[in-house]
Amino acid sequence: MEAFTTHTGRVVPLRRSNVDTDQIIPAHWLKKVTRDGFEDGLFEAWRKDPEFVLNQPRHQGASVLVAGSDFGTGSSREHAVWALQNYGFRAVISSRFADIFRGNSLKNGLLTVVLPQAAVEALWELAESDPAAEVTVDLVQRKVLARGIEEGFALDENARWRLLEGLDDISLTLKNEADVVAYEAGRPAFKPRTQVV
Amino acid sequence: MARTLAEKVWDDHVVRRAEGEPDLLFIDLHLLHEVTSPQAFDGLRKNGRTVRRTDLTLATEDHNTPTLDIDKPIADPVSRIQLETLRKNCADFGVRLHPLGDVEQGVVHVVGPQLGLTQPGTTVVCGDSHTSTHGAFGALAFGIGTSQVEHVLATQTLPLAPFRTMAVTVNGELPEDVTAKDLILAVITRIGTGGGQGYVLEYRGEAIEKLSMEARMTVCNMSIEAGARAGMIAPDATTFDYLRGRDHAPQGADWDAAMEYWSTLRTDDDAVFDHEVVIEAAELAPFVTWGTNPGQGAPLSARVPDPAGFAEEGERIAAEKALEYMGLTAGTPLREVAVDTVFVGSCTNGRIEDLRAAASVLGGRQVAEGVRMLVVPGSVRVALQAVEEGLDKVFTAAGAEWRHAGCSMCLGMNPDQLSPGERAASTSNRNFEGRQGKGGRTHLVSPNVAAATAVLGHLASPADLSDVRTPAGV
Ligand code: SF4
Repeated sequence: MEAFTTHTGRVVPLRRSNVDTDQIIPAHWLKKVTRDGFEDGLFEAWRKDPEFVLNQPRHQGASVLVAGSDFGTGSSREHAVWALQNYGFRAVISSRFADIFRGNSLKNGLLTVVLPQAAVEALWELAESDPAAEVTVDLVQRKVLARGIEEGFALDENARWRLLEGLDDISLTLKNEADVVAYEAGRPAFKPRTQVV
Repeated sequence: MARTLAEKVWDDHVVRRAEGEPDLLFIDLHLLHEVTSPQAFDGLRKNGRTVRRTDLTLATEDHNTPTLDIDKPIADPVSRIQLETLRKNCADFGVRLHPLGDVEQGVVHVVGPQLGLTQPGTTVVCGDSHTSTHGAFGALAFGIGTSQVEHVLATQTLPLAPFRTMAVTVNGELPEDVTAKDLILAVITRIGTGGGQGYVLEYRGEAIEKLSMEARMTVCNMSIEAGARAGMIAPDATTFDYLRGRDHAPQGADWDAAMEYWSTLRTDDDAVFDHEVVIEAAELAPFVTWGTNPGQGAPLSARVPDPAGFAEEGERIAAEKALEYMGLTAGTPLREVAVDTVFVGSCTNGRIEDLRAAASVLGGRQVAEGVRMLVVPGSVRVALQAVEEGLDKVFTAAGAEWRHAGCSMCLGMNPDQLSPGERAASTSNRNFEGRQGKGGRTHLVSPNVAAATAVLGHLASPADLSDVRTPAGV
């Protein structure tokens, strides 16, 4: 996983709440068996509309998505995270994220930042009035900075450390192999098994 | 210290707990399907890893599978590749798989419980958000992303941040025409699509205790639509009766030991939930959605709401967008909304009781002209049972299509899809834009409402059929 320390980029203001993962990447894209190549599927239905914010020339090349509340609800598809990353987003800001989406994004190095709705509105207004304005998402300081905006955000220490270091969860868990073996030795015999091995 | 059901199950699965780190939990059952697993197996291969516990892992094919002509090669080459990839991965890594054509094939959340693999007090995960279904047994069951699928395959554990607990207490008895689906749709409208965020919901109270196992699965299934991590119901005699004798249920001395453990799986009387919601069952009525998220619902007797009536700006905009997408006008009685398609199936309402409910409404009646009705059993076993009971005949005699098991029209990944602008009453769980096919419009309903809607051609409940009553056939 690519480490995330601090990132500066322009903003796409997505004035929509309840953006579900079916909108982020429609189901027919889930047939791919790789983690890349999802950029064209990102918000596919909405992108048919030339007015849609992602289609506007002034927001091309932006790398921070600022969305309404309850971003990433619905299906657990990690493809939603890959699609955002494949398209070029490094961070998403919203006042509330769906749990599974948030977990998925942190595992892939896409930083999800929870800010109060007022700060989200301020970022929308900034990006709409000045599409060239940049925002800095600083994980070291746990701060979002832009012209006239300075807002701290919370992220649990362990998740932050893994992002900063770009650590992969599986390798970390495998270091605790002895704990897993000990737990397995104490599991009751009545627990279900799918097959005899 | 007094604990809730969810906390007890969590505590019993902690492999490692360290200050400042998420708990590492052991996973008792890992279910796989073709959509969210290929990149995970790929990751294992790249790192030279194996599946740690193939005896705790099970795969089915469901999302991409067609529901017609299943003996022919799958027409869509991309779907075919995904199924072939799952088959190869399962063969390479030694994972048990129920492929298309197998008698145990079906929607992953229907298959786990019917095999008796989903048991009280277990941790169940799957790369699918509706894994919450399994919480009906008092399991801690939740959907995970593909990175986590890879993590569980490699280690049989997951590092997890703690959750909060919410009690959803449903007092009293459900009115006769109100089903588990109406109940959960009402709960979601009440707490909102983000209201359950970070919580494990525990459904309790008299109305919940009286529900059958299948109805409990319908309720827990849609916990995710309220934004919750998981939904749970304490196991009781209904749970134990359902499990006894199933293929993978414990037997003999193991059964006794299991029962002893299972009986401890209740929230302690003095345990405190982080949040509590109380619902009076008597106030519930058949419920349908009018918008494009599952929280945009109303009783069938209501009218399409006026967005101007929403106090919160975000909700108002969402309602405006939803009505535009749905092609609905504020103030229209929901009962007057005409549909083109009716879909009965999915992991929410594709079990035998759901098919029985739909058949009992359809028996001796006809699907309205111009309406297409698809009945898709959740698994092959459900299909076989339905055929044994003659339900398939009831459906076909009424003019509905009886299909092969799978996810079908619950999501637009297989040939069963809505066309742009087409309107459906669907027993599935998501009314998102385009979920059932590009431009398709979805109203979420119970199997009873679905069947009555099919007969009348507009949203309706069985009570509306009194004037077209002919002797029911089942
Ligand atoms: S039936 Fe629908 S919700 Fe259930 S697993 Fe299949 S696609 Fe997902």
